[in-house]
Amino acid sequence: MTNQARQRALWVLWTVMFVASLGAVVVLNRSTVGTPVRPATSDGSSRHGFRLEESAKRRGIDFVHQAPTFDARLEHIMPQVAAMGAAVAVADFDRDGWQDFYVTSSGEGALNRLYRNKGDGTFVDVASEVGIADVNRAGTGVSMGAVWGDFDNDGFEDLFLYKYGRPELFRNDAGRAFVRVSELAGLPAWVNANAAIWWDYDNDGKLDLFLSGYWSEDIDLWHLKTTRIMPESFEYAENGGRKYVFRNRGDGTFEETSAALGIQSRRWTLAAAAADLSGTGFPDLFLANDYGVAQLYTNDGGKRFVEVGEHAGVGRTPKSGMNASFGDIFNDGRLSIYKTNISEPGVLVQANDLWVPKARAAGAGLEFENLASTMGVDLGGWSWGAQFGDLNNDGTLDMYLVNGYVSAGERTSYWYDFAEIAVGHSRIIGDAANWPPMRGRSLSGYQHKRVWTNDGVGRFTEVAQDVGATDTYDGRAVALADLSNRGALDVIVANQRGPLLVYANTVSPGRHWIAFDLEGTASNRSAIGARVEVQWNGRRQAQEVNGGSGFSAQNQRRLHYGLGASAEVERAVIRWPSGHTQTIERPGVDQVHRVRESR
Amino acid sequence: MSSESSVAASATPATGAVSARKAFLKIDNRLLPPILITIILVTAHLNFGILEAYERTALAIVTAIAAELVLGRITYGQWLHPASAYISGISVGILVRSPFLWPYFFASFISILSKYVLRLNGRHLWNPSNLGVSAVLFLAPQTVSLLSIQWGNNLWPMAVIWLLGFVIVWRVGRLHVSATYVVAFIVFAFVRSAITGNPWQATLAPITGPMYQLFIFFMVTDPKVAVRPKWGQVLVVIVVAFVEMLLRLNEVIYAPFYALFLVGPAALLIEMAYTRALGSRLLAPGKP
Repeated sequence: MTNQARQRALWVLWTVMFVASLGAVVVLNRSTVGTPVRPATSDGSSRHGFRLEESAKRRGIDFVHQAPTFDARLEHIMPQVAAMGAAVAVADFDRDGWQDFYVTSSGEGALNRLYRNKGDGTFVDVASEVGIADVNRAGTGVSMGAVWGDFDNDGFEDLFLYKYGRPELFRNDAGRAFVRVSELAGLPAWVNANAAIWWDYDNDGKLDLFLSGYWSEDIDLWHLKTTRIMPESFEYAENGGRKYVFRNRGDGTFEETSAALGIQSRRWTLAAAAADLSGTGFPDLFLANDYGVAQLYTNDGGKRFVEVGEHAGVGRTPKSGMNASFGDIFNDGRLSIYKTNISEPGVLVQANDLWVPKARAAGAGLEFENLASTMGVDLGGWSWGAQFGDLNNDGTLDMYLVNGYVSAGERTSYWYDFAEIAVGHSRIIGDAANWPPMRGRSLSGYQHKRVWTNDGVGRFTEVAQDVGATDTYDGRAVALADLSNRGALDVIVANQRGPLLVYANTVSPGRHWIAFDLEGTASNRSAIGARVEVQWNGRRQAQEVNGGSGFSAQNQRRLHYGLGASAEVERAVIRWPSGHTQTIERPGVDQVHRVRESR
Repeated sequence: MSSESSVAASATPATGAVSARKAFLKIDNRLLPPILITIILVTAHLNFGILEAYERTALAIVTAIAAELVLGRITYGQWLHPASAYISGISVGILVRSPFLWPYFFASFISILSKYVLRLNGRHLWNPSNLGVSAVLFLAPQTVSLLSIQWGNNLWPMAVIWLLGFVIVWRVGRLHVSATYVVAFIVFAFVRSAITGNPWQATLAPITGPMYQLFIFFMVTDPKVAVRPKWGQVLVVIVVAFVEMLLRLNEVIYAPFYALFLVGPAALLIEMAYTRALGSRLLAPGKP
């Protein structure tokens, strides 16, 4: 073969490889993304073990979230700066055994609602009646979310409301009325908050409060002194709101202890959640931050916190964090962290994070690895709230995720302008006046939700369209609760500028479940921080009662476990925040166990 | 990308100016771009932690170097200097953003392969990493994006990168290319602002980001895919900036990459055709 012929043959060979490589990219892209969105089918129940049906209207729920209108100097980008505030928090506020829920609106003068569960499948709004509806009055800011927790240990869940504005604490008066006690509690005059949770960080039996600012607290979004209010960077911003830890003194007052505890940050926090990740018996704190890295504060005996995010892995890569939720996805007693971010095809593929704890030697620090891509829960669009829960009662935790930022003009996109300003230096990106006008365009709008079922051995399957989760509203908060006390987790979705949705869950027959309503005695009465490990048929699953998780959301405090075909549970081991352990041998299945902490 | 650039520049015949430049720093010119881009990567990572996972960048670099060595050995019978492939790989590692590993492998592999496939008259037509990155971006939009954010707000790392970048492109004789591009981008940014009504700060914003530092110092300066005369290089880079403006007006987010992808080879082809025509005319009998 002559040299020329050899060169030609090689060129042909390289060309074939070149074309094959291009083809491989196309194939891998398709296989990674999975099958395109399909129309809903009627066999979701049989294929995936459950079926969701939107039921708000027939339940008497007609709530539509309203967005605020800020200073006129933000008019050109109003849809994106007034893009949050649709929230939902579940609790049995009147102790009648049925799960109720509170939803927030964010329009000036708009009314929040408290939907009381009538027990017959329908709900009635009693917010005005009990005094927690009219909370968005001019000059006081507007609602961003709420969390329930029994801070005075009287057996009735109290309500903390966080706002872009004046935070409010309402004491629950025996389920009949709510009394505003914000001043007595010593809450600050103004916080632009998007996250708050109840927790008992020092395990003293009294619920404390964590509150996290998003915008700096010296900004009044309705009366701007300057337009230099935006994040100083798309991924490295530290000019957001401060954090607060309110330690419950037990007399109706709180002391602010964040500095003493070492929780000082000005990152733009959008979600917070607490759970005992270190195995110390004290709750650690995870913060999902917009425009930056996440933060993980480990709890040193309730005395101080140490930020270990970078060492642990969860705080290395800056993204746009919007959700914080925990789940024992492998049924091995370890809690993984799910944090949502932004993924927009062809523009920005941050991908969501599923932080799975690594095995560690005694004394070694926490370390996590991100298995979101490996397990198939990475791409969720512009993702917001997400919650773990066993939707099909098969014994593994599934996940429900909502998404979509601004759904405005169809087939329009603000993404180009958004991406252009996002790379700018702080003096450019930090000034709202420099941001290109949105002009009625969408930004990651009309997105399809994600419902992932867990096979328990390392893979999630996306089934939203099959099971009936077909809406494309701009979802923000999602909460899971058994609204009908029949052993199935229903899904409540709060949409920005959209209707509140309630997906009723019908689980296929033959799947068993068990649930626990806990009440602390030495521990805080809400039992927030209590951990229950259920052991059955050679399997085990741990869950913790939390005082808020996801994005602007709170699930029912009741812990729900699917058992699959198993009709028997060997034991349930409860570890209370007080440190006391309580074991229930062979608890009955298909029922809710009400457990009071034994002394 | 264009490691490619200074590697070839080093082969430029010495002149008085070149001698002066060489006196500035006695380092093999082939090593300057790799050193610069490594400094950029390390500085950015230490300051801002830009690398989500080391293995992704490592995969891109190893793939590019391995492909270059193997393909070069088989095709030319010799081990090629890995500087060019290193820059291609590290550029892919910095620019490509994906939660998956395979885009890093294929972007690098396609980059290097393109040098052996897309050739004419003994020259490859596309800047390798420009082509590799554009290919995965275009073919896999659901799973691949590019570095499109700023690296923090600390001006000093940025100033160091800009300073080092300009010194090195000056050293390898490509300062006119980078400088022309910067000026053209700024001018066209104001034009875009006038057309769209968007604040000029917004249209100017991209050039303050790190993606442009890589683009300006490593892609548009690639001598292997540049036309020969200096005035031609200046003209081409202005056209690149102009096409980028047109793409941006059509809201193409990764406009600079696609602009270079389109203009670079077209300019080369025009130059080749012109050179061939000129050669034919010189060989042809004179007119009466």
